[in-house]
Amino acid sequence: MIEIQDLYKYYGERRVVGPVSASIQKGEIVGLLGLNGAGKTTTLRVLACDLLPTSGSVRVGGFDVVEQPHEVRGKVGYLPDRPPLYEDMTVHEYLSYAARLRRVRPNDVEKRVSDVEGLTELGDVRRQLVGTLSHGYKQRIGIAQAIVHRPDFVVLDEPIGGLDPLQIVEMRGLVRGLRGDHTVVVSSHILHEISETCDRILVIQKGEILWSGREADLSTQVEHGMRIRVTGRLAGATPEAASERLSSLLSGVSGVLSVEAREATEPGDGIASVEVVAESDVRDAVCRALVASDASVLEVSRLRDLETTFRALLEGSSS
Amino acid sequence: MSPLFLIARREFYAYMRSPLGSAIIAAALVIDGLWFHLQGMSKPMLSAEVLQEFFNGASGTTMGASIVLSMRLLAEERQTGTLTLLNTAPVRDAEIVLGKFLSALTVIVLMTALTIYMPLLILVNGKVSWGQVGVGYLGLVLLGAATISIGLFASALARSQVIAAVIGAALLVVMLLLWLVARAVEPPLNTFLARLALHHENFRPFMQGILEFRGVVYYLSVTYFFLLAATKTLEARRWR
Repeated sequence: MIEIQDLYKYYGERRVVGPVSASIQKGEIVGLLGLNGAGKTTTLRVLACDLLPTSGSVRVGGFDVVEQPHEVRGKVGYLPDRPPLYEDMTVHEYLSYAARLRRVRPNDVEKRVSDVEGLTELGDVRRQLVGTLSHGYKQRIGIAQAIVHRPDFVVLDEPIGGLDPLQIVEMRGLVRGLRGDHTVVVSSHILHEISETCDRILVIQKGEILWSGREADLSTQVEHGMRIRVTGRLAGATPEAASERLSSLLSGVSGVLSVEAREATEPGDGIASVEVVAESDVRDAVCRALVASDASVLEVSRLRDLETTFRALLEGSSS
Repeated sequence: MSPLFLIARREFYAYMRSPLGSAIIAAALVIDGLWFHLQGMSKPMLSAEVLQEFFNGASGTTMGASIVLSMRLLAEERQTGTLTLLNTAPVRDAEIVLGKFLSALTVIVLMTALTIYMPLLILVNGKVSWGQVGVGYLGLVLLGAATISIGLFASALARSQVIAAVIGAALLVVMLLLWLVARAVEPPLNTFLARLALHHENFRPFMQGILEFRGVVYYLSVTYFFLLAATKTLEARRWR
């Protein structure tokens, strides 16, 4: 669907992006993760044909962004970090204008606009001027204009920027809802956000792709193992005895590197929690070991400190 | 509807919805009216001379209004980020520039048309030909088109409307004063520079009701040149 080969982008003498090579398959939701100034926005602008690359090749749906920009733009919907909104138009007028600009057939414009207004929950404000709406609504209008022409490929630059927690949850749902119909690339500097919505992550730093893969693989690779919290109940035991018993049970599981007692995550007789560090995902083996013993399993969960993981990855690369 | 006319229609509505369009038209009409009264009706003159004075004054307001109207066309879109919508839609840069140009030209034509009552007064009370009136108005529209294209080029260059206005006004002044520069240089350069001046030798025949082919070609050439320059500036910005 999207093939990027040795992409470089210079602003004057300054290299902002490059070398970047990546491949994005049809239907994927890919997160572009990086700190501010890492080159995310420039990369996305090249994908959306807003900027042209200094060198390298970028093909979207088989079309080259330099040779066939017109064709590429017809296949792409783009939400920049600041939604491109005309504040003197009503929501409906604006979306109709965006649809016509993007060559939606005149007979289909009204239906397409109504559909995206429904999808992005803009129906109530369709007759209001864009300039009078809140930031959350404006982001939704930004998404709506990006998908109004049913593009194969949707590029979203920091779609949750400036949203409140409730709006963030709504926006996540909206982005997830694009799965299947569209191939989506979404950028953020917050790993947690990317991991909530994306199938795959591309970590970018200083204009280069530092790492690519699933979020689970990122944590395992960077943290050199996996951390798991286990909470169990041993009937009739004191908290100390329960903790010791859990530790000794789990220390014997293959792949476990260490077990440390932690404060119990819930009160109750015989309940204890431990933190297990393992060289790989041993949650299945942990459950089996507990079930085979006299302990009841209350919780086996993976501990993820995504921002620490992200920081460790960036620090690892700079050292 | 082609993207060119879509963009032109949106921009025209934007002028009409904001106070800018009405304010510019109102200001131009007041200035034209005052000029007509003070220059054309305060002393005994032939009807044709009064009409010439009217077109002379109207050419000034047309140029001023054109620069003010055009300064926002691309610079404002860049300031507010809406240029991205056009840049990432399957629309050619030339269509963006032409659409913007057409919208401003429509406002100028509307503004110019609203001054028709002054030539009509002369027609009723004096003796001038419809030809002189028509050629004069053609000159105003051509001058407006050329000035809008200059302002549009400045707007493509600048990051803000104010800077666009300054660049546009500076270019306009240079284009206007070329006839003065022409006086200071030797032939044949003086003739060449005088022919390049935006108003002096090129607009006077229109004021007098003389339709000169070279004048029409000159204004169309200036318009084409600056529209092309604006298009190339937009294209170049993608490569930065």
